[in-house]
Amino acid sequence: MTAPGIVGTPWGRATGTAVVTGLGVVAPNGLGVAEYWAATLRGESGIERITRFDPTCYSAQLAGEVTVDAAGHLPGRLLPQTDRMTQLALIAAEEALADAGADPRRMADYATGVVTAASAGGFEFGQRELEALWSRGGAYVSAYQSFAWFYPVNTGQISIRHAMRGPGSTVVAEQAGGLDAVAKARRHVRDGTPLMLAGGVDGSLCPWAWVCMIRSGRVSSSTDPGRAYLPFDLDAAGHVPGEGGALLVMESPREARRRGVDRIYGVVAGHAATFDPQPGSGREPGLRRAIELALIDARLPAPEVDVVFADAAGVAVLDRLEVDALTAVFGPRRVPVTAPKTMTGRLLAGGAPLDLAAALLAMRDSVIPPTVHIERPAFTEAIDLVGAEPREASLTNALVIARGQGGFNSAMVLRRSG
Amino acid sequence: MLRKSEEGPGGARRVVVTGIGVVAPGGIGTKQYWDLLTAGRTATRTITAFDASQFRSRVAAECDFNPVEAGLSQRQIRRWDRTTQFAYVAAREALVDSGVLGELNPVRTGVMVGTACGMTISLDHEYAVVSDEGRTWQVDEAHAMPYLYDYFVPSSMAAEIAWLVEAEGPVGIVSTGCTSGIDVLSHAVDLIRDGEAEVMVAGAADAAISPITVACFDAIKATTPRNDEPGTASRPFDRTRNGFALGEGAAIFVLEEFGHAHRRGAHVYAEVAGYASRCNAFSMTGLRPDGVELAAAITSALDQARVDRSEIDYINAHGSATKQNDLHETGAYKRSLGEHAYTTPISSIKSMIGHSLGAICSLEVAASVLAIEHSVIPPTANLRERDPECDLDYVPLVAREQRTDVVLSVASGFGGFQSAIVLARPGRWAA
Repeated sequence: MTAPGIVGTPWGRATGTAVVTGLGVVAPNGLGVAEYWAATLRGESGIERITRFDPTCYSAQLAGEVTVDAAGHLPGRLLPQTDRMTQLALIAAEEALADAGADPRRMADYATGVVTAASAGGFEFGQRELEALWSRGGAYVSAYQSFAWFYPVNTGQISIRHAMRGPGSTVVAEQAGGLDAVAKARRHVRDGTPLMLAGGVDGSLCPWAWVCMIRSGRVSSSTDPGRAYLPFDLDAAGHVPGEGGALLVMESPREARRRGVDRIYGVVAGHAATFDPQPGSGREPGLRRAIELALIDARLPAPEVDVVFADAAGVAVLDRLEVDALTAVFGPRRVPVTAPKTMTGRLLAGGAPLDLAAALLAMRDSVIPPTVHIERPAFTEAIDLVGAEPREASLTNALVIARGQGGFNSAMVLRRSG
Repeated sequence: MLRKSEEGPGGARRVVVTGIGVVAPGGIGTKQYWDLLTAGRTATRTITAFDASQFRSRVAAECDFNPVEAGLSQRQIRRWDRTTQFAYVAAREALVDSGVLGELNPVRTGVMVGTACGMTISLDHEYAVVSDEGRTWQVDEAHAMPYLYDYFVPSSMAAEIAWLVEAEGPVGIVSTGCTSGIDVLSHAVDLIRDGEAEVMVAGAADAAISPITVACFDAIKATTPRNDEPGTASRPFDRTRNGFALGEGAAIFVLEEFGHAHRRGAHVYAEVAGYASRCNAFSMTGLRPDGVELAAAITSALDQARVDRSEIDYINAHGSATKQNDLHETGAYKRSLGEHAYTTPISSIKSMIGHSLGAICSLEVAASVLAIEHSVIPPTANLRERDPECDLDYVPLVAREQRTDVVLSVASGFGGFQSAIVLARPGRWAA
């Protein structure tokens, strides 16, 4: 396999690896890893008419809402100072650390850190405070506004709650950022931080965020939850936004051994991020190159990829670009392609980390989760799209793709452990 | 301390600064910026961007930025938030300064932009439109302008810069509040060291002098209420300091793998020698006076740079002019540098250009790099009555001419983030 355009060797100091030892999930079709995975394999969708506010007056009315009472999961003092997406992130962080059996308070100073992906920050919190400002005056803006809205709020709150004092940061690359955050955490592990919590939990289901998202031009106006988000379908007409995501505990194999970890989900084997040239430049979009570079990073020949978790934009021209990239790398119909996000909607910065969780669980259980609602598949000559039923398959290597509006491409290769 | 090979510590590739672009209060462009800093002039004033009369703090350091004079097109001016405009103009200056245009391989070139507040001014304003000034929770879609999504997710800014640069490598935003301007550079340097790019255009931008920003800092009394003396409102390390003055601006750099810069005969300003970040895991806004985590970040950054603490010629401080920061930071220097804390010149340029949130650290790195370039240390303006608890050398009022080979720049921010970066004279490659 070659990657045209690569000058010199892509290898620098990046040696060593990071293993995933814990998962935390909050998803519209299930809270927690077990519930999410069971619902996903049953093909249960969490996409419904919005209940958080009255969507009647908007040109889009469906979303993937997470069903949870945050007060049942978090200390009361945290609720008034956090946006909902931060509450969801704190729930996922707690599950992931518990799943890994990791207690950062019992680890060395600066041995644990956090990298999250964000898109718009705590936007619903922000709407409340903007309303206070404009309707009542500046003196009515909350003392929490300065840090409840800002992009790295989830990293900061997770770091504080779990005493994680090593590297902490947040990246934003629209929907692609979720993979970039995990890649950045992998770098911190390689550079010597024993354990990182990374991924993204995101979502902004308030009217002010809703009109912003509608202006992306990519949100489906369908009112039928079964027909609104149809990637790789002849009837593709946009996506459904949702909330949620996943956080992964990543550590060096040495740290996992030291802690006596007996269950490793997999290895973060490769990653690459690229950016599309400006439309009209005549240059090829960057997705194929991102996939190829991620495979090079993983030292994995393309034929050894067993499953692809697609970005699945649900917009015909974007679906076509993804199919073209997959076909260029793998050949037509050479690898199963799936999009379990058809059951959750697109979760901004949380969607790709949720796909990473799904891919790790798929490798664990030797089953590819389904892509639901696709009745008229559009690219049957080019891709082997897994349908409404899960498909049993022995899986060793998975590729996860994420694209961010504006030209961001990110690809990550996961390898089953052992 | 200058290393001889192209390989840095641990066998990593070395990364150097070859271009600088600045949009700052008091002057657009790197030269105007440096003139302001070395003259010790302040750019803080009564807020003119909007009627701030209802607020507790009505002082800020604003940029006199005219987008038409800056060469932006009517479409760019209509579409882009002020933050994106700043980032674009600074990036363009950095590219020209570096002379790297025409020598970039798109797929080996990336862009990383830091920001704390993203498109706050546009979001504040557009919210007022769609909500009819806060009258309705169910905001009106019909009044939503076409570019709203660009303001919702700030990575739109990185995309605009990537198109300017024609970058097709890694592109994105790094956001860690008030440490963004260091952390974005650390991330960009990591990408070059790891071989994911050979050139990164990276830096930070923030333009958030807006009612919602002023209100949220009013609410926690973080900003200065010295409204009757706006020109001397920001007084880091001074006994009379009472909060920071909000600022705005951008600083963008061309960062290159050393071999790439050397082969094309580029002027090298400085090497990014080391960096680190730590979280205090204590409070989203509060700091403990011992500065343990900031000290740990400083020590780690020096270790990575293989610089002994005695070799630091200048510390560009966070110096936000809040009492808790000034004590925290002073404590961190003593803890990390020992007796050298007392003999190393330290200054806060926030005394002159205010605190531009995520952008400020990149502006401070620009000042640090220019201190190396010109061997001049910018002063801490308005420091007339040193706080007795702040007992280090804060370079009051007047710039100091002094050979400057190694600079430490630090930052501390909401979320508990603590960051440090070490810049070093390029040594034998400079000629």
